Formats: sequence, structure tokens, C-alpha cells
Amino acid sequence: MTTVTSTGRGLLPTAEPLALLTAAGEPVAAPALPMPGDEVLLDLHRRMVLGRRFDAQATALTKQGRLAVYPSSRGQEACEVGAVLALEDRDWLFPTYRDSVALVTRGVDPIETLTLLQGGWHLGYDPYEYRVAPQCTPLATNTLHAVGLAHAARYQGEDSVALVLLGDGATSEGDTHEALNFAGVWQAPVVFLVQNNGYAISVPMSKQNAAPSLAHKGIGYGVRSELIDGNDPAAVYATVRDAVQAAREGGGPTLIEARTYRIEAHTNADDANRYRDPAEVAYWLSRDPLDRLEAYLRSRGLLDDARRDAVLAEAEAFAAKVRDGMNADVEPDPAELFEHVYAQPTPALREQAAQLAEELR
Amino acid sequence: MSLSMAGALNRGLADALEADDRVLVFGEDVGPLGGVFRVTDGLTARFGERRVFDTPLAESGIVGTAIGMAMNGLRPVVEMQFDAFAYPAFEQITSHLAKLRNRTRGKVELPVVVRIPYGGGIGGVEHHCDSSEMYYTHTPGLRVVTPGTPEDAYHLLRASIDSPDPVIFLEPKRLYWGKSEVDFDAGVPMDRAVVRRAGSDVTLIAYGPMVPVALETADAAREEGWDVEVVDLRTLSPFDDETVAASVRKTGRAVVVHEASGFCGYGAEVAARLTERCFHHLHAPILRVTGYDIPYPPPKLEEHHLPNTDRVLDAIARLQWDDQVDGVVGVA
Ligand SMILES: Cc1ncc(C[n+]2csc(CCOP(=O)(O)OP(=O)(O)O)c2C)c(N)n1
Repeated sequence: MTTVTSTGRGLLPTAEPLALLTAAGEPVAAPALPMPGDEVLLDLHRRMVLGRRFDAQATALTKQGRLAVYPSSRGQEACEVGAVLALEDRDWLFPTYRDSVALVTRGVDPIETLTLLQGGWHLGYDPYEYRVAPQCTPLATNTLHAVGLAHAARYQGEDSVALVLLGDGATSEGDTHEALNFAGVWQAPVVFLVQNNGYAISVPMSKQNAAPSLAHKGIGYGVRSELIDGNDPAAVYATVRDAVQAAREGGGPTLIEARTYRIEAHTNADDANRYRDPAEVAYWLSRDPLDRLEAYLRSRGLLDDARRDAVLAEAEAFAAKVRDGMNADVEPDPAELFEHVYAQPTPALREQAAQLAEELR
Repeated sequence: MSLSMAGALNRGLADALEADDRVLVFGEDVGPLGGVFRVTDGLTARFGERRVFDTPLAESGIVGTAIGMAMNGLRPVVEMQFDAFAYPAFEQITSHLAKLRNRTRGKVELPVVVRIPYGGGIGGVEHHCDSSEMYYTHTPGLRVVTPGTPEDAYHLLRASIDSPDPVIFLEPKRLYWGKSEVDFDAGVPMDRAVVRRAGSDVTLIAYGPMVPVALETADAAREEGWDVEVVDLRTLSPFDDETVAASVRKTGRAVVVHEASGFCGYGAEVAARLTERCFHHLHAPILRVTGYDIPYPPPKLEEHHLPNTDRVLDAIARLQWDDQVDGVVGVA
């Protein structure tokens, strides 16, 4: 049985990453998918500007000691934003620690987004309000949650789809393989988006994988796979949208490998100069996803300086809001430590809560 | 009705599936085969593949997808085929199943039951006889339950499936086939230990596979003149301090019995809690009778490893009886 996507391909990804825009922002000849509409492209642009500003603000707050740690996604905005905009409200997002920009793009309050990294609690938002699972740190474990949730959606007659984000390193974890296999066997409505940003902390792709691409791993599980240019916002949006649509209509799962690059170090605590050449970073800076989209929008007459300035001003206001929120010292309540371990605190936990309360008197 | 524990569990699953459409049963070979211990026998035929099904062979996958399903409103009951084969799922259990409620400030509830046949005494080869309870009881956020009778098995399983918290449901393999009366209206609560046999001289604290051993020991001890009380813990986490401490305050002596290795084992926790709560009532140190601190032995040697009546009687004998009027002089 060969499953064929709406792009007309079978299980195997293309040899070269699928793109709609060249690095210079020109439309490619004979694109595999239609270019997203103008409104979508402008929305992608606006959200990418906001996301990049948010990311810079979070990095700055980390230097000021306001966040315990921050894994930046600078350079990966096409994935962070393109994939999220491709979802409907009823769909679910399963992000990792790196995907704070995806969260704010999804509409999660930026202060609630940063609660985890700021250290106030493990999660600041209500997953059901935004249909966004907690950001996942144990690598690849969220892939299985996404498959299970998607399967349950179908069991209950809903047509929502789960999108799970993971990194190149996470594809080596056993859970990724179990999840792809379960998704294939169950034909679960789930989309796996691998942001291949070149490194798992310090370990490069060459030590992570021997297959022609990460997308090739789908075929072993009967999961359709796509290899795309992860710095092309139009391609990310169009491919994820296509995969989500296929999943919604009963077409089963898709694995997408998006080739992108992590411009910053792994986190603020990491020193990337120990393992990669600055020339490599310079090369990827020249393939910036936001520049690419701006060049295209300008060539089409959809973006001018006035519009760009307006978006930049909005981003500044957004950053100011994040700054203010993070600079407000809200002390977490120690009593809450005992509240959510079980549906009802056990007698032993009630005793321990009383003990801590006594110490704090 | 007289039922084996496997039969009682089967009935518990069937009744839960019948009662609630959100309950799903899945795992390895639980479908048409009915599980390697036949606990899910006939359930696929009765409820269909949609409700009771075989998954790919992947324990992390089974628990991980169960977590996602529970996030989306279902109540999965999954089977791990054997104790040691649940270890691939350990990360999903400890990092997610146990913690998601806490991580999400109570927003995400995971009513998942992970059924695990555990323990030895059935002549199983390596990796089929582990007593893994402490890995789970040490993890906050999990409830850990283990029945010692068919009746408890039925009721505790139903209660576990109804629980809003994730439950590790440990099924003592060696008790699967023994039959006894099951009252379906008995209403056994979770989180409560039970005094299986009343006595006044010493408390034997046991659970799961060791409950029958404790009861046999109590009978044998009669001949030595000891009146033994047997407490069956039933729920290992959270621990029922009240029932157990009340018994030990009454008897002043206690022995904890379990199959798992003693070092850092469940008995250590029980002994510590009882010492903290009952010290002034104790006539002797609390003793433990456990498996040795060795990997589970091969079938031909397992009888030397497993606690038995003689070993428990020996422990009772060591409980400083010389302060009793008609006591036996021990070797404390
Ligand atoms: C199971 C597990 N092992 C190790 C780690 C520590 N760790 C955190 S991020 C990371 C690298 C992950 O790389 P990748 O999946 O490519 O994602 P990226 O960080 O590049 O977005 C490692 C090893 C972890 N979080 N989880």
C-alpha cells in the first residue's frame, strides 16, 4: 500500500529540502505546494518579528538573573511560527523547552509562558485553555503523549490533530521510534515536526544519524515524511498545514524534518564556541528566515517601511510587557508544594505542609 | 462466588469497561489471547477492538500514549506483561505519569492504571520475578496498590480505575490462581490496610504475595504460644499509618515481610515510620524478613530466597520475649 500526500509524493521525502522561497526570498520555480495567501504571509511576518523580539527579551532577562535558564530559538522562527499558525484552535501543540516562541505565537500569555524558566512553578498556563501541553524537557517523551492524545480525539469522534515538536537529537531517543510506530499502526492524527537545528547541545548531526535524512526515518514505520527548508516560513506553514489537513481527514501521521539552525548557544549556560565554527553561524545568519520573508513581501509590494515599523513598534511594546511582568517580584507560595501531588493531599502530605507552615511562621 | 485472583481481576476489568465508555484496556497480548496470565480473557470479544486491544510491543509507548489519552479525557488501564518488562516505561511513569498533575498545578489529571504482574514463586526464569514496588512507592504522585486476596483484587482494581490519580497496580503472580470467595458488594476502600487476623502478641505486616505466608505463620505460631496479628497493607502508597500503628501499639512487636530485597526496601520505611510513631509501645526492635540483597535467583534456587513460614517464625522468636510473664526466652 502506498499512501500519497496531497503534494503527490509517497512515503519517502524529497532528496532536497522542499522550499517555496529561495534564501534570497524569490519564489522557487515549480513549487510542490501552493504559496500561502497574502494574509497568512503577513501574519507569519508579524508573528516572527514578535517572536524574535520576545526571544531577545528573554535572553536579556536571563542575563539579568530574572530567568533561571533560557533556550533561545533565534533563527528557528520560521518553524516556531509557521507550524503554529498552521493549526486550528481545536488542534493541540506539544512543545519542548526550546519552543517558547511557538507558545506565544499560539496565544499563551508571555508571562505564563516564562513561568517554567523563571522558576516560579513548572508550568504557568492552563494546557486546556490553549490546547498546549506543558513544555517537555525529557527528550522525545512528548511524542508519545501527542500520539495518545490524538488517538483519544479520534476515539471520541473529534477531528482535532496533535502537532509535536522535537529536535534532531531527540530523534535518536527510543520514544521517538515508539511514537512513530504507534502513530503508523494506529494511523493517528498526529504531525511530528523535527526542527533539525544542527546540534543537540554540542553534538552535531554527523554523530546523531546515519540515514540520508531524519525524514527518512518515517518510512520504516509507514509514516509519510517530508524534508523541508526550515528557514522558509512559507514552506513550513504550507507543509505543516498540508500534513495537519491530511491527518484531520483520516490520512494518518506525517513526519517533517525542517532544516534550520540554532543561532545562539544551546542555552545561556552553554558556550557554543567550544564545538562550532563562527563561520558556520555567519553562513546561517545569511539565510535568515525573517529576511527571506521580508524580501519576498517587499518584492510583492505587501510590505513597506511603514508597515514594518508598525510591527517593530508592536514588538517593542510586547517586549516591554514581558519585561514588566518578569520584573514584578511575585513570590510563589510554598504551601502550594503539597497541593497538587494527588487529587487530595494524603495525611502524610498534610503533616508535611503543616510542618513547613510552622517553620515559616 | 468463588474466584481466582485472575478471575476477579478479569471481572473487575469487565465491570469497569461496562460502566464507563472512557475506560480502555490495552497492552501486549491482552486482546484475543487474553494476556499471558489470561487476566483480560474474553474482553476483546465482549467489548471490541476499540476498547480492548493489542498495542505494538513497546512499554514506554504503552504508558506514554496512555498519558496522552488520559490528557484527552480517557481512562486507560494498561498491562505491563511482567515486572521487569515495565522498566522501559520507567521514564514515562516517573517523569510524566507521576508528575503531570503537580507540574500543571492540578490542571491535568491522569486517571491511568498500570497493571503489573510482579513477584516470584512461580518458577519463572530471570526478568520474570522482580518485586519492583519500591521504585514506584518512592515516587510522589503515584498510588501503589497490591491485593492479597481475590476479593480485594476486584474491589481495589475498580477503585483504582475510578481514582483521579495514577495507580501502579501490582498483581502478585503467585496468587493469580488460588480461589476464594468474592463478595462484589464488599466495598474495599483504597488507602486502607486491613487486619486480616487479630492477635495480641505480635503484628506481622505483609502485602501481596506474602499475605498467605503471614497467615500461615500466624497459624503455626499458635503452637509456639504466640497470638499473631496479621496486617495486609493492600495500598503501599500512600501508607496507612493509622491502621498499622494502632496494631503495633497494641501488640508492641512487629515483623515486616516482603519478597523484595531488604536493603532500602519497603520494610525499612515501615520500620522507620513505626519506630517514629510507636517507640514507647515497642518491646523489641522491628524486624524485617525479606528476600536477600541479590538479583532474583534462578527457579531452582528461588525457594532459598523467598521468605517462608520458618523464617518469619524465626524472626518472631527473636523479638525479646523474656519480658513476658509466660514468654519464651529469645536471642535478641
Ligand atoms: C532524555 C533526556 N536526555 C538528555 C537530556 C539533556 N538535554 C537537554 S536538551 C539536549 C539536546 C537536545 O537536542 P535536540 O533534540 O536536537 O534539541 P535542541 O535542544 O537542539 O532544540 C539534551 C541532551 C534531556 N533533556 N532528556
